[in-house]
Amino acid sequence: MRLELRGITKRFGSLVANDSIDLVVEPGEIHCLLGENGAGKSTLMNVLYGLHTPDDGELLLDDRAVTFDGPGEAMAAGIGMVHQHFMLVPVFTVAESVVLGHERTRGPLLDLDAARAQVREISDRYGFGVDPDARIEDLPVGVQQRVEIIKALVGDARVLILDEPTAVLTPQETDELIDIMRQLKAGGTSVVFITHKLREVRAVADRITVIRRGRVVGTATPDASESELASLMVGRSVSLGVGKEPPRRGEEHLVVADLVVRDARGARAVDGVCLSVARGEVLAVAGVDGNGQSELAEAVLGLVPAESGSVRLGGAELLGLGVRGVLDAGVGFVPEDRSSDGVVATMSVAENLVLDLVRSPEYRRGLSLRRDAVRANAERRVQEFDVRTTSVDAPVGTLSGGNQQKVVLARELSRPLELFVASQPTRGLDVGSIEFVHRRIVAERDAGTPVVIVSTELDEVVELADRIAVMYRGRVVGVVEGDTDRDVLGLMMAGVPEDEARRQATSHPTRTDHLDDQGGRPTAVPTSAPPPASGRPPAEETP
Amino acid sequence: MSAQQAEAHAEEPDQQSPPPGREAGRFGAALAAARDGSWLLSLLAVVLALVVGAVLIAAADPRVQETATYLTARPSDFFAAVGTAVGGAYTALLQGAVVDWTADSPTRVVRPITETLTVATPLVAAGLGVALGFRAGLFNIGAQGQIILGAVLAGWIGFALDLPVGLHLLLALVGGVLGGALWGGIAGGLKARTGAHEVIVTIMLNYVALRLVEFLLTLSAFQREGQANPISPPVADSAHLPPLLGAGFRLHAGLLLVLLAAAGVWWLLERSTTGFGLRAVGANPAAARTAGISVPRSYVTVMLLSGGLAGLAGAVHLLGTEDSLTAGIAGSFGFDAITVALLGRSRPGGVVLAGLLFGALQAGGVSMQARTGTPIDIVLVVQSLIVLFIAAPPLVRAIFRLRDPQSRGARA
Repeated sequence: MRLELRGITKRFGSLVANDSIDLVVEPGEIHCLLGENGAGKSTLMNVLYGLHTPDDGELLLDDRAVTFDGPGEAMAAGIGMVHQHFMLVPVFTVAESVVLGHERTRGPLLDLDAARAQVREISDRYGFGVDPDARIEDLPVGVQQRVEIIKALVGDARVLILDEPTAVLTPQETDELIDIMRQLKAGGTSVVFITHKLREVRAVADRITVIRRGRVVGTATPDASESELASLMVGRSVSLGVGKEPPRRGEEHLVVADLVVRDARGARAVDGVCLSVARGEVLAVAGVDGNGQSELAEAVLGLVPAESGSVRLGGAELLGLGVRGVLDAGVGFVPEDRSSDGVVATMSVAENLVLDLVRSPEYRRGLSLRRDAVRANAERRVQEFDVRTTSVDAPVGTLSGGNQQKVVLARELSRPLELFVASQPTRGLDVGSIEFVHRRIVAERDAGTPVVIVSTELDEVVELADRIAVMYRGRVVGVVEGDTDRDVLGLMMAGVPEDEARRQATSHPTRTDHLDDQGGRPTAVPTSAPPPASGRPPAEETP
Repeated sequence: MSAQQAEAHAEEPDQQSPPPGREAGRFGAALAAARDGSWLLSLLAVVLALVVGAVLIAAADPRVQETATYLTARPSDFFAAVGTAVGGAYTALLQGAVVDWTADSPTRVVRPITETLTVATPLVAAGLGVALGFRAGLFNIGAQGQIILGAVLAGWIGFALDLPVGLHLLLALVGGVLGGALWGGIAGGLKARTGAHEVIVTIMLNYVALRLVEFLLTLSAFQREGQANPISPPVADSAHLPPLLGAGFRLHAGLLLVLLAAAGVWWLLERSTTGFGLRAVGANPAAARTAGISVPRSYVTVMLLSGGLAGLAGAVHLLGTEDSLTAGIAGSFGFDAITVALLGRSRPGGVVLAGLLFGALQAGGVSMQARTGTPIDIVLVVQSLIVLFIAAPPLVRAIFRLRDPQSRGARA
């Protein structure tokens, strides 16, 4: 099925989320939609999936104009979508999940046999290896994603939209997904692959369309280099590497020993972790989401109690001090989820910049807040960290994600630190902001602060780390040097010990790593009228 | 539509508005919406409620009912009757609430406004308490019980002790505030320690407070001599709040105290470091915690203060207006205070204005019933409708065709 979008325009109030976008997806093509967060990719796909009605433009399927009123009609027309966050019921089996919404019945009973057969048939045809009777909650994330894909295929999808599908996967799972996409393509299904990860785009795409600020700013073929694609995406040239100096290590400053933390259900989320970080080095804690890294960071800050073990900073025990005490000991902390833990959306930028500092004499006089000092601080930090905001009095919730993150960073880096801990410091940020955040983190390291970065993005880990600790199921699988091969890291993230991982990696290298970054001809072609790159990004925020 | 599609639809609003902090589920979201809404919506809610009230007044009027039977024959009769009924009732309400320009003596002309202020005094105090709770993310339904406790302590000090002028009044007021703070503090402490939801605890404590005062009034220490009714002795003159405009009016110095309290709450919230922490906890407890602010301690602090303000309401009402303690001392102030706080958008200035409006409705309602026979229940209906409209901003927006300021475009 040939899918064509012609001049699609979608406005939300004064904001033009999609500005006359043209896009053609040929049958059996893997078409990458590349763009930063907030560029309008998801809006466009929601238009295609019938969740938004376009204000202008038309949708054509096999050259026939169609309109969709709701996802039901889009699905009936052969368009399937796998959302970034899966919409599955944890206690259902695979077969039950797949028929949910269009259950076949035999009398008053659900005809699950037919569903099982269907799942098995699709699973075999594409080599998914999914057991129809497995329960969703027992399945790894990568397999859950395949269940979502099966759901779409059962609905007879001939165009499959994958919205940021690799955000939750290990590099190996990503490879498997890429295989699946190729299989689907071979079977005649078109795939629209939404992402902002350049590496994957180049590995799998037949064609690439780059969107920036609601417009198509260019098309490219997969042999375009990463820096070309990045420049198209951001609208200016970006340096993808921070280009940091080798670390000048000082003495061991943070020592974590035999740390055990239990999660809410009583399981050992952190299971006897030992780590040490020296002054002036970045230790990255890598791992697939949910392997205890978050709990590790939270336990260091005192947000969750540790069951046993110790966390010593410069010889002094941090455990048991409470959050206030840990912050007072000179720990700067960037939480994983900035909107829930990092900022208070309804409070102003200025107030958020002193959220954990108001008790210091600098910002108080007796019981009163020194509003002049708070304001002066805000003006200074906004300048220093290039926070794009209309005013320091604007509620922080009106800022874009990247700017909110800059507010959190500015706050945490605005005092002398003994330790800097950042969880997912660039999650959801665009390439430009990531570059900035990384530079600040390296600068803090160079100032002699021990830095711990918890990240599930392998790119980020490789970019920043002087040493990498890989966590799997609450344990540290191994601590390796920062320049370790991605394949090895990927295998370690799946729980394979370092030696074994090195052996396997040499025999089965992963695909996404085999592309030469500089190898492409300049094949990225900007379209005629790209929007000005110098203007401020819209203040609207996409949660 | 399949469950998947339904979910996809349900997700839409989330994509359009920034998350209002992490508050517990729908209840928290509704609370946040009511708390953070705009002044325009408050005003429109009042207007709408008055319009619906007008319809009810007309419907309840015998003359309107009579003319409605020959509506098609002579519609002018009907509309004239409606105009007379509604106009008459609301005029009487205004005369009873602000100034009675038809009265024959200057005292009588201005008496309505002083009555409004008198009724508003405890309402504003308790409303400030509830509003403070809202700002810190707590729904204090327990103003009623806290008022009772405040009145009990203030009253007991007022009639049982014999102290010099000045000191006696001061002590009675402090006692009242502490009584309310204690009652609120129980809920705050339980929430901080055990996570018990303050809504449930404060509602239950309202019952406990009511039964407690009923019980106390059966004791000889509280019972007025020679009275069979459960009523305490009157407070001593030395503990009485002085009248502001002489003996001819009920208005007393409690009004000034309450306005002072409003200024204090404003300073606390907008200018103090404590208030900064409370606001952060109210808007996003998770971020507050990550920033090293103790959320449980904030809950205790705010419930002590919130209860203290309600206790102040009980104290000034008893020491200024009622004189003696009865089981009905709190009237419906504790519940009206919630409405006042919502209508005032939990801002001290807004609470003062909303309290005045409610005082006016109550004072005016009495005169409306006396002069035009319109049941005073209409006032209750209007008050209730105000709450209803405030709680349903989309309804008000739809009626006035306003745009939702929250719905901004989402690019993702």
